[in-house]
Amino acid sequence: MKDTEIKRLLSANVICIFSIIITTVLPSLFLKNFSLLGTHLTWLCICSATVGTVNVVLHIILNPNPSSRRSSLAHKVARFLRSCVYFFMSCILFHGIIVLYGAPLIESVLETFLFAVLLSTFTTLHCLCLLGPNIHVWLRVFSKNGAMSIWDNNLQITSMCSVVGAWLGAFPIPLDWDRPWQVWPISCSLGATLGYVSGLLFAPLWIYWNRKKLTYKSR
Amino acid sequence: NARSAHACSKPLSVSFFPCRMQRAPVLLFLAWTCFLFFSAIGLFTSGFLLMRVELANHSSCSDALASPFRVDFGSCWLPRRFSRAILLIIDALKFEFARFDPSLREPHPYENKLGFLHELAIGQPRYGRLFRFRADPPTTTMQRIKGFTTGSLPTFIDAGSNFASYAIQEDNLVWQMAQNGKRVVFMGDDTWDGLFPGAFFRSYFFPSFNVKDLHTVDDGILQHLYQTVDGGEWDLLIAHFLGVDHCGHKHGPDHPEMAKKLSQMDEVHCLTTLANDTLLLVAGDHGMTGTGDHGGDTEEEVNAALFVYSKVPLFPAPPEPQTVPQVNLVPTLALLLGIPVPYSNIGEVMDDLFATEGDTATSVLAQLAAYNVNARQVDRFLHTYSLAAQDIPAEKLGRLQSLFSATVEEHEQVMAQAGFPELPQLERLRGQFRRYLWEARAVCAESWARFHPVRMVSGCALLTSSCLLCYIASRVSAGLSFSYRRLLWYPFLWGAAGAAGAGAMHLSGVATTDLLLLCSWAATASQVGFFWHCWAGHAGRSHAASARLPFGGLGLRQRLRVGLVPALGILLLRCGAMFSDSFVMAESQVVPFLLMSSVLLFVLGLHWNGPLREGSTKSWWLLGFLGIIVLTARLSGLFQQCREETPACRSSTLLAPLSKLQDPQAKNLSYALCLAVLASLAWGMRCWMRHYGNLNSPSAPVCFVRWGFPLLALGVGGFWAVTSGSEDDLAKLHAWVQLALVSFPRGVFALGAVGLLLLLCDPVTVFVRDSRNADPAMGAPIVSPSSQAELLHVIPQLYRRMQETLRSRLDAGKDRDRATVEAYGLGSVYSAALLIFLALLGFLLMMLHSERLSLAFLLLFLEAFALLWMQAYAVALSSSTSSSESEMFCCVNAYAVLLLYCNVFHPPLFSHLAPGSIYLVFLALHSICITFQINWFSSYQFSSLSHRWTTTQIAVGCPLLLLWPFLCEMPRSKGGKPKAEVSDREEQMMEMRLREAPEKFSAALLQLGLKYQIVLGAQLLACVLAAIILRRHLMVWKVFAPKFLFEAVGFVVSNIFLLLGIGLVMRVDCAVSAWFKRVILAQSR
Repeated sequence: MKDTEIKRLLSANVICIFSIIITTVLPSLFLKNFSLLGTHLTWLCICSATVGTVNVVLHIILNPNPSSRRSSLAHKVARFLRSCVYFFMSCILFHGIIVLYGAPLIESVLETFLFAVLLSTFTTLHCLCLLGPNIHVWLRVFSKNGAMSIWDNNLQITSMCSVVGAWLGAFPIPLDWDRPWQVWPISCSLGATLGYVSGLLFAPLWIYWNRKKLTYKSR
Repeated sequence: NARSAHACSKPLSVSFFPCRMQRAPVLLFLAWTCFLFFSAIGLFTSGFLLMRVELANHSSCSDALASPFRVDFGSCWLPRRFSRAILLIIDALKFEFARFDPSLREPHPYENKLGFLHELAIGQPRYGRLFRFRADPPTTTMQRIKGFTTGSLPTFIDAGSNFASYAIQEDNLVWQMAQNGKRVVFMGDDTWDGLFPGAFFRSYFFPSFNVKDLHTVDDGILQHLYQTVDGGEWDLLIAHFLGVDHCGHKHGPDHPEMAKKLSQMDEVHCLTTLANDTLLLVAGDHGMTGTGDHGGDTEEEVNAALFVYSKVPLFPAPPEPQTVPQVNLVPTLALLLGIPVPYSNIGEVMDDLFATEGDTATSVLAQLAAYNVNARQVDRFLHTYSLAAQDIPAEKLGRLQSLFSATVEEHEQVMAQAGFPELPQLERLRGQFRRYLWEARAVCAESWARFHPVRMVSGCALLTSSCLLCYIASRVSAGLSFSYRRLLWYPFLWGAAGAAGAGAMHLSGVATTDLLLLCSWAATASQVGFFWHCWAGHAGRSHAASARLPFGGLGLRQRLRVGLVPALGILLLRCGAMFSDSFVMAESQVVPFLLMSSVLLFVLGLHWNGPLREGSTKSWWLLGFLGIIVLTARLSGLFQQCREETPACRSSTLLAPLSKLQDPQAKNLSYALCLAVLASLAWGMRCWMRHYGNLNSPSAPVCFVRWGFPLLALGVGGFWAVTSGSEDDLAKLHAWVQLALVSFPRGVFALGAVGLLLLLCDPVTVFVRDSRNADPAMGAPIVSPSSQAELLHVIPQLYRRMQETLRSRLDAGKDRDRATVEAYGLGSVYSAALLIFLALLGFLLMMLHSERLSLAFLLLFLEAFALLWMQAYAVALSSSTSSSESEMFCCVNAYAVLLLYCNVFHPPLFSHLAPGSIYLVFLALHSICITFQINWFSSYQFSSLSHRWTTTQIAVGCPLLLLWPFLCEMPRSKGGKPKAEVSDREEQMMEMRLREAPEKFSAALLQLGLKYQIVLGAQLLACVLAAIILRRHLMVWKVFAPKFLFEAVGFVVSNIFLLLGIGLVMRVDCAVSAWFKRVILAQSR
């Protein structure tokens, strides 16, 4: 049973990776002057939107956490609205944290915010899809021995990788190489994306290697 | 007697010493490690930064150096040969760039580009000649400019110079020209503006810092050059081209860009249509390596080109390839133009240029005249220098002196001869002059212009081993089996033996040594002793308790996993950042980034391990303090001060003093804010002491807190008011203002000193209420102590009784009559003393800084306290003791990052050293913060330690100690109680617990001090390594060397204050012991 789960996870992750690759390649066919570095903001929007949509669709198709009880439409709508609010709040929170880390406060607000949206897409959106709008469950999952399925492990690894990638992306900014990708926030968003992709690749592998050790309590 | 079964008497501790607070050994051990670090720093510095004393003397026309000669009007010392000179300096003009070899088939991009030099040298061999121009290391532009204007060998630090500006204080060509009424016109590199501020008759400066910019300077010069030359309003025209150098840095010499740049330089051949009285010199200040860098002393870097040309015949003989040291330009140019040779010159005249038309003998006579003046000037300089500094060996000076006097005497004899002297004699004399000047220069170069690689490497090795020693010592002291006899006194003996050995070698004449070398020998020997004894002890114990191993492999992996990795990673990042000039320059952003990362990692790690999950109030407090830390870190960016290398950056306006503010409303507002900061400091201190019950104490420091602090605040505020007011507002009260300007600072400092003295005399701030109606139910009466050991057992009992009465009072307020002794503020004696000290220093520092920096101080205090509280809550949350150490490491690390944080206010630049003394004091404040934190933290760490320890005691079967875990748990279970009271009670117990097990307290203090030294030492080591590895880097004198210096000075100052802080803790401990004794005596009566 576990192996099939891992296969499902892997296929889902591979689809995510493909969606990211497509967002970097495909728009140049439709949009004039599109390039990853030159029109970075456009790419940020496209990438966030695509990854978000793909995640939601994948979640609906694969449905990793099938809930037993059926909920009413009103309940579903409320859940959806709450999720939207949560996502927006996480964008704001990420924006705040980025500014506290040293990003300019007033100049390039749009860039910072779009970067925050990208980070939220990589982390919060996953949480929302998988765990629902429930902070306590999130906090539980993001702690030692908190994962209850391989999906939770996957969530831990990808989120951490994207955040660490964004953090590492800040390192080349002060260097005096005068490269176009050293401009805020390009290196950070690229770092986050690369981190996310490597997390997507690494998570199934890690789970596969540790499949003997991973025992999950039932919910 | 069950009560006497106190922990101290239990055989748990393996220490050799009786159960007593080990005050002196801890201090001595830390002092010893400080000594190790200091000697390592000294050794490295002596190899890396060679010092030279700058003489302020100036030559003047009337100096009687050339008295035998009659000098015509307009010249000094020697008749001038030219009235004007053009000096074209092409930065990094390597000799290979200037050479022209028509036989080359496929020239490199940099070859055969300066055709005009070749044409002139070949076409008119007696009018122009190309020389190899040997630069002296360090081959950086600024040092070279200094070199060929003063004629000396500048080192990195020229002692005696004014650090606030780069301006040359020594006698130099430009100054001499101006002094003798000649007009100097300059165009090009704006470094000259800093070196010779206001010395030029006319100047055209162009920005030089951007290495990527190849054309601004050169185009600017070429635009002005020809019309200036044609205008004729100049006597010496200096043009400094930078394009070749920048092209080398950007593209390297072997690049088509270099060919273009050199071809552009070839355009200046128009200048060769000179007047007859004009001399043209084209010179490179240094060469470059194959990668286009310079700064070191390789052959490629020191080989520059010099081309000399004039319209009158200069050279008697056909050219032969010659090498000319760079300093030789100075006396040559000075004597040719008829001005005095700069005082500190050690160069030699280029004799070819002093030859005259006519027969050889006359020519040599003219050369001898120049040599004579030159030699007298060099001798005068050496004499003056040897009086000012001792770094040139005396025997060498003596030999030079005798050579000089012999030569000059012979010269005088020759001149006094009636007939015409013979040519061989003259030539021999010339050779003697040359030898004298050459040797003099060699002696100076040997002591000034070279790195000492051996000293550098050995200093670095000593530093590394000191860090290692600190690490091992901290691991050993954690194991409680720390033997001061083996690990402190024996190494002392080793060190003394080492020093004695070196001294004996010195005295017996085998090897010369100085104080620094002696110190480093002692340090090395004592380190060897430490490691040897440590290893011996380790080997002896290894078969015994393997769990107690100081460097056991088992514990290490766990520790690595628990939380050392983030802390260590941040430290490594910080160290790695020292190796990149960009990161050093961007330090004001990098440090907050790392600080933020480390605290976030700390909290996230805490969450990951579980304790934050409960959602208790403590977690919220923790998060709140995290927020405060992060916010203050970001806000401190408001006080950013820019480096000159980043032109886009603008320094914060908040750094300027209030008197520069124009708008009166803004001025009043900021003044009010500053006053609020002062008031909040005084008031906050008072509140803190009231909260912990120290404010009721009748002791002198408390009185000082009550009355002295407001007075201090008033004094500082008054001083600010006087200084920030504009002049004309206070014109009527001029006398009063002058009085206030003097009396306010004096008053504040005197008050501060009084406070410090009071604190040292009577640091115990405890209020005792003695109520006589003791309840017999409380237990057996305390017997009067008869011996020291018994006294030690009584103290905890007494304290416990106080605790019990307190508790019973809290539990049931009606049982007031049960209390025997109530001591308020006993739980925070240590902290109170340190805090008073800290606040005092805070006031004094605010006085020294400009007004609005007090806001920065407030931020700093806030941040420090938030970190302390965060740490406290984190320890309270995580009940497991295993992780406490790594957390502490993390926190100390965070603090060390914070320490570097003050770079935001004072970036490590020499031009910003004007407030340098203040910077030092600032560092001192930080160190006090750290010691304070260490003390505070050790109390917390200790609480967890003793917690575990008591449980083992229970197993042993000591019934009385059952009380302790209960007391520990109680405040935690009462989550509903007001937070302040809980922490109050915890705090009260915490610091008294330190007295419960003094040997653990001292071990914890020692360990924390050592860890702090490791963190700082690792950063220093990174700086040192960066300075060694990157000593050829373009930025070494601009970025890395200043960084190293500041880091080293910071290390020294903060370590001294670490010692002071720990000393203060020990003093408080002494006083508390005495106080307990007094109380017990009073009780027993």
